[in-house]
Amino acid sequence: MSYEFLVASAIGMLVAGGIFLALRARTFQVVLGLTLISYAVNLFLFASGRLVLNRPPIWDKTVSQYSDPLPQALVLTAIVITFGMTAFVVILALRSFLETGSDHVDGDRVPCDAQDGLADGLADAESNEP
Amino acid sequence: MSLADHLPILPVAIPALAAPFALLVMRRRPGLAVGIGFAACLAQLAVAVLLMERVSGGTILAYALGAWPAPFGIVLVADRLAALMLVLTAVLALIALLHAVVTKADRKGWHFHPLFQFQLMGLNGAFLTGDLFNLFVFFEVLLIASYGLMLHGQGPARLKAGVQYVVVNLVGSALFLIALGLLYALTGTLNMADMGLRVRDVAPEDQGLLRIAALLLASVFALKAAVVPLHLWLPRTYAAATPAVAALFAIMTKVGVYSLIRVVPQVFGEGAGAAAWAPAPWLLPAALVSACVGFAGVFTARSLSEQAAYAVIGSTGTLLIAVAGWSEASLGAGLYYLVHSTLAGAALFLVADIVARRRGSFGDTASPGPAFDGRGGAALMFMAAAIATTGLPPLSGFIGKLLILQSVAALPNWGWAWGVILGTTFIGVIGFARTGSAVFWKTAENCHAPPAPDTRLDLAAPALALACLAALSAGAGSASAYADAAAAQVLSPVQSAAAVLTEGPR
Repeated sequence: MSYEFLVASAIGMLVAGGIFLALRARTFQVVLGLTLISYAVNLFLFASGRLVLNRPPIWDKTVSQYSDPLPQALVLTAIVITFGMTAFVVILALRSFLETGSDHVDGDRVPCDAQDGLADGLADAESNEP
Repeated sequence: MSLADHLPILPVAIPALAAPFALLVMRRRPGLAVGIGFAACLAQLAVAVLLMERVSGGTILAYALGAWPAPFGIVLVADRLAALMLVLTAVLALIALLHAVVTKADRKGWHFHPLFQFQLMGLNGAFLTGDLFNLFVFFEVLLIASYGLMLHGQGPARLKAGVQYVVVNLVGSALFLIALGLLYALTGTLNMADMGLRVRDVAPEDQGLLRIAALLLASVFALKAAVVPLHLWLPRTYAAATPAVAALFAIMTKVGVYSLIRVVPQVFGEGAGAAAWAPAPWLLPAALVSACVGFAGVFTARSLSEQAAYAVIGSTGTLLIAVAGWSEASLGAGLYYLVHSTLAGAALFLVADIVARRRGSFGDTASPGPAFDGRGGAALMFMAAAIATTGLPPLSGFIGKLLILQSVAALPNWGWAWGVILGTTFIGVIGFARTGSAVFWKTAENCHAPPAPDTRLDLAAPALALACLAALSAGAGSASAYADAAAAQVLSPVQSAAAVLTEGPR
């Protein structure tokens, strides 16, 4: 199996898992799904400069064969942005769960769901403290 | 080089400097933060008008950041279209900021003014940049700021809508990056002007990938523009946001439209092989359905702010009907309507807020409530905003729709466009008449009128928005001439590419 096939199938698996999780009803799975998708995107961007082995990344006048340095810079930017975004969406999901008492993405309470109402218990416990 | 040569960077630099200063003084001296916000907005307006005056003759200002020459470094490109969007952003920002300060909405959290400036920085940067990856970065800047602004004031409804808004946009960003990676792999450049020249040399076996990249990029922009079927995030988000913020967000959907107008002719125009005008056949049907769905939402909305949110979708659809022609006349008409619909959408959100502030616990629901004080003024403003949004004379919506109808008549599918535009106008008129009569004419029994609002100054911001619309109608001749010139410039990408790429190191 070639190196290209390995990287391509890894990206495909990550995207498939990411899409499956992102379509789930609860925010935690959705966040995990988005994280998987962003990993796949980062790998994809990295591969957009073509996969080359054992070549220096920075251009030098004596080097005729080098790997493209630009995708590496792009990936760095993308990683920083998605990292910040993921942290933000985790906090947002937590806050939304605590205020609305449901961690469903559409924000509606589902009757007969054991996990719903958990936040009320948390809120009660907090309000009991002085 | 003189200071005047640095003009194109100022719309990004001013809010970038103002935001941290506003953050520093916010807790101790909130009054000073308000001053910084207004000063920065006024400075941006002045710079935008100066830029517009310099490029209105047809020159294209390319500003190489760090003096790195064009295809290698990042360039900011100021042409007629970019200057038009900058002026519109600055005017809208002033209106939204005025409303936030007058209604004290900016005091509901600590970070309104810094977030507001970062939002403007992202918007201005997205309109100016000539580099596709830089466009992504500015999209992220404006999105991150918009998450904060959207959640400003908090509350369960906002948090619920906020989670959906953030998740949808994160998926959109991932798709944007995939499209960028494909385009970079195929063309080896990220500069839009350079990419427009290099797509001609893409190998025949890679044409399929190029087409995929074009369609992916177009669908990301369509998601930002809230085109059906990618519109579902918008109504809940905009209706839940603080009204002053929602008024500013009226331009966010236009960022998606702007990106389509900028990228499709320049990168995927003639000569792009399999990707030539690839998004075009999808755009007209999507635009027609968007206009229908938007104005159907106006008809069925349960509150004034929800109605305003659907009006934004409908007007974006109408705008894209004009854009989808990709002819000089229709794009020019579309640009005139873009300016109008942004201001009209903002005016609707602000009017919904002044009604909600006067009706106490009834808020802005479209049901009979108490006979509240100050009905006359609010009703007049609602009527003016509704006339502008639906496109009745004498305001600029009428002129804009007339221009669109006239220009699409020369295109093949003009029957559909005419039918949808005229039909949605009719539905919109009925929808606004329904909510207007429920809110302002009918009164519910047994409910007390809430106390009069402590200030009538909150009428100032929507009045300013309506005054801008009146000015746009009065100056329709010169405004549409400028829009036509901007459209002609956008549709001749070879000249603009030459102007950008000859910009050497200084």
